[in-house]
Amino acid sequence: MSVINLTIDGKEVEVAQGTTIFEAARQLGIDIPTFCYDPELAPNGACRICVVEVENARTLAASCVAPAGSGMVVHTQSERVIKARRAVLTLLVANHPLDCITCEKTGECKLQDYCYQYGVSDSDFGGEVKELPDDDSNDFFVRDMNKCILCGICVGKCQDVIGAGAIDFTRRGFVANVGPAFEDAIEDSTCVFCGLCIDSCPVGALTPRYSLGKGRPWEVEKKKAVCPYCSIGCNINLHVKNNEVIGVSPFETNLVNRDQLCFKGKFGWDYLKSEDRLTKPLIKSNGVFIEVSWEEALGYAADNINAVKDCYGSDAIMGLCSPKVTNEESYLFQKLMRSLGTNNVDSFTRHCHAPAVDGMMKAFGSAAITNSIEEISKTGAVLVITADPAESHPIISYRIREAVRKGAQLIVANPEPIGLTDLAHYYLPLNEGSAVALINAMANIIIEEDLQDQAFIDKRTEGFAVFKSAVAKYKAEHAAKVTGIEEKELRSAARAYAAAEKAVIISTADTHYSETGGGLVLALANLALLTGNLGKESSGLYLPYGENNLQGVSDMGALPSVLSGYQHLKEKAVRDKFSRSWKTEISERRGLSAAEIFDQEKFSQIKAMYVLDENPVSCLGGKDSEIAYFLGNLDFLIVQDIFMTETAALADVILPAAAFAEQQGTYTNTERRVQLTQQAVNPPGEAFPGWAVIAELAGWLGFEWFYECPGDVFEEMALLTPQYAGISYERLAVESIQWPCPAKEHPGTAVLYEGRFSRGLGLFTSVDHEKAAEPGSETASIFKVYDHACQCQSASMSKRSVIANFIKPARGD
Amino acid sequence: MSTAVDIKEKVTEEIDLSKVDALIEPFIGKKEMIIPALQKVQDHFGYLPRPAVEQVSKRMRTPLSRLYGVATFYAQFKMKPRGRYIIRVCKGTACHIQGSPKIAERIEDILGLESGETTDDLRFTLEEVACIGACALAPVIMINDDPHGRLTPDKIKDILDGYK
Repeated sequence: MSVINLTIDGKEVEVAQGTTIFEAARQLGIDIPTFCYDPELAPNGACRICVVEVENARTLAASCVAPAGSGMVVHTQSERVIKARRAVLTLLVANHPLDCITCEKTGECKLQDYCYQYGVSDSDFGGEVKELPDDDSNDFFVRDMNKCILCGICVGKCQDVIGAGAIDFTRRGFVANVGPAFEDAIEDSTCVFCGLCIDSCPVGALTPRYSLGKGRPWEVEKKKAVCPYCSIGCNINLHVKNNEVIGVSPFETNLVNRDQLCFKGKFGWDYLKSEDRLTKPLIKSNGVFIEVSWEEALGYAADNINAVKDCYGSDAIMGLCSPKVTNEESYLFQKLMRSLGTNNVDSFTRHCHAPAVDGMMKAFGSAAITNSIEEISKTGAVLVITADPAESHPIISYRIREAVRKGAQLIVANPEPIGLTDLAHYYLPLNEGSAVALINAMANIIIEEDLQDQAFIDKRTEGFAVFKSAVAKYKAEHAAKVTGIEEKELRSAARAYAAAEKAVIISTADTHYSETGGGLVLALANLALLTGNLGKESSGLYLPYGENNLQGVSDMGALPSVLSGYQHLKEKAVRDKFSRSWKTEISERRGLSAAEIFDQEKFSQIKAMYVLDENPVSCLGGKDSEIAYFLGNLDFLIVQDIFMTETAALADVILPAAAFAEQQGTYTNTERRVQLTQQAVNPPGEAFPGWAVIAELAGWLGFEWFYECPGDVFEEMALLTPQYAGISYERLAVESIQWPCPAKEHPGTAVLYEGRFSRGLGLFTSVDHEKAAEPGSETASIFKVYDHACQCQSASMSKRSVIANFIKPARGD
Repeated sequence: MSTAVDIKEKVTEEIDLSKVDALIEPFIGKKEMIIPALQKVQDHFGYLPRPAVEQVSKRMRTPLSRLYGVATFYAQFKMKPRGRYIIRVCKGTACHIQGSPKIAERIEDILGLESGETTDDLRFTLEEVACIGACALAPVIMINDDPHGRLTPDKIKDILDGYK
């Protein structure tokens, strides 16, 4: 690429051809004012405040659209420029309400700041002004379009980045405006309430309801945290005033969500202040909960656990760990269970992701998303199959849209249209339950037309020959009958996927169990192996989890058969390592899985249970369900939660915990990225950080644990967990790190399987679409759990938020 | 206002969308062809009824807001039903000097509407245009394709009565 040299304000700069003057100036640290520039959007040159003077040019140039030219001499602060900017501001102010005294944007309004900078306090241009009514139709934000300066950033974000297409410019000239079609209210538009328009508006046209009258920007302290909803783990700023969260904005620069959020992250945190929050430890006495001191509650819990252990043995105790708690909390939780002498520790919710985990384990030797989310935006082809990322993981849909804007081919295979269908080059509305047949047929087309990556297959995989003959029966014309997709369309889609140098496959895990079992995961792995789309950037297989920390809780070893880092209990060296560190004997016996609770015989062995933030009663059928009966008939039930849930109602003792904004800790998102979340406010009443409650209880049980802060817990865990060995709170304070990160100097791993799969060679596995639809070797009871657990995470947070009425049955609520 | 709402509701009930798909068929999958697609729909209905635009949005997989933005940007697109007869009053310089404001005023008085509006019975729509290029006939109006020149306000009623 050729370079250009130019001079801006007397300083020389070298930039790539095609760079705008505006961007060139930024490289020099020269800040040119702008309203309408946004790095994610194509420049529209709307606002004209960025004009600069180019020597020997007749007119001033809008620097955001004017390309830098070789030998150009640019002045960004000349008298002519300043006069022009003042004129722009004066024109804007002529038709902008100057109610800055009460405007929520005061203090961070660009119009206000530039008027201050350029000395514009009023306008000489009298005449008509806009008099539009406010749109306060929705629960989330108020629109005062009289303040809109028509910069168009919100339009670009809504149409291109998010794809909601709720708003656009309407009409023209003086009456030009931004809004939904047919002047509808936002409430009646296709708005998804992601809040991007609010966060990118340079003036006060859009105001979130929650912060109305709550505080001025300079009174607000911004604390970095990680969103508690889905497994993307968006980085957010909690706006705190007087120990109260009064707003949320995206944390400016991060590799996960950039400056974007979805409606859950933007608006869904008000449950923190719900009246349903547990604020005191409770003990049930004669069927009624009584408030007690922490000492009383913990002593009571410890006595009863010990009693059960003495009477029935360690394996009569079981722990259920929610995939929403922090790494520190889940690490200590499984350590507590194992210190009590049992491996009975598991999560209900993780079971609906089991097919994805099993499939990837078989094909690659380990189970995690193979690449990072950001890489999707740079891929050449995207196959979205039986998934709706716009609904389940909005950030992923934003990245897919960006990839398509940059030229990627998009194939959407889903029985119903999804949020990305409008953008798809190939939309394949396949019949329910035919995904495996479709993928097999695509693989067969690729082989027939010799489009596979033979070098990759030869060097990095095994089982190809058998696979090849197995998929040979999936002739495109036959597959059409099963899938309902015409041969021509399927062939084009297969070619598009195979032709791309880099291609990704995205599917959400909750669909795998319901229609095609783990078979679909294996079929997808085959397709990626076949085309060499593994072990390199912007390729791979994305099966994102639902819950925010399912990855982390699994990594921490809150599982019945493995310790942290998936180190297997069967191995003596592993047990010895943990025994030495924990100064306790680790049982070799595999623990009971959550699914096995439905096995009456196995469950009858369990007499005491410690439920950490899970709400199986709500998820698995309510208070008259089997699970409610089981839990209600335990000798002793401890529930630790932030709300009085349906499960907590059955407890003998309830321990009130802190929510995400109220404690420090780490979460690991679905791309294996470990992120630090900070405490922003105090927990309500006597509620206490979950990790500290577990550590306290351990003390009452007679274990000698010494942790002063969550960082201490993390440090111990990292020493025992190879994938996390190089990660520390010190590093996490400045960066997020993707495991595996084996050493302090290691930068972390964005792309898995470069050069080698965990199992050595990638394995092709033939999957028959008819057999795939049947339950696998697991017991039917596991499917019972899938069926329920995948329906909901009990929505205990979102149903206590303003987002409750807007939320659709999605993942990770 | 109530009149406008009545018209809208009345017309909405009668919108027959059965032709829309065929009209826009050549443009499916070509998002850059929004304008020709909307033109076809307008040619058929005489304006852009909301249900028809919604149908275009669905078939062309383009947000309704984008179609509405385009349709309201260009003067050629009409969002409201229009009369069988479009009266265009020339507001060019020559016509202005020869008294076109008085012509427009008389039409407004007789029909009880303002420029841009349509009579309740969908008979007339009144519009003002910059110049229709018949300055020799000033002041001039067009009713659909018929020019009427050298007008005085008193001639208006008879002319309008000729269009039923």
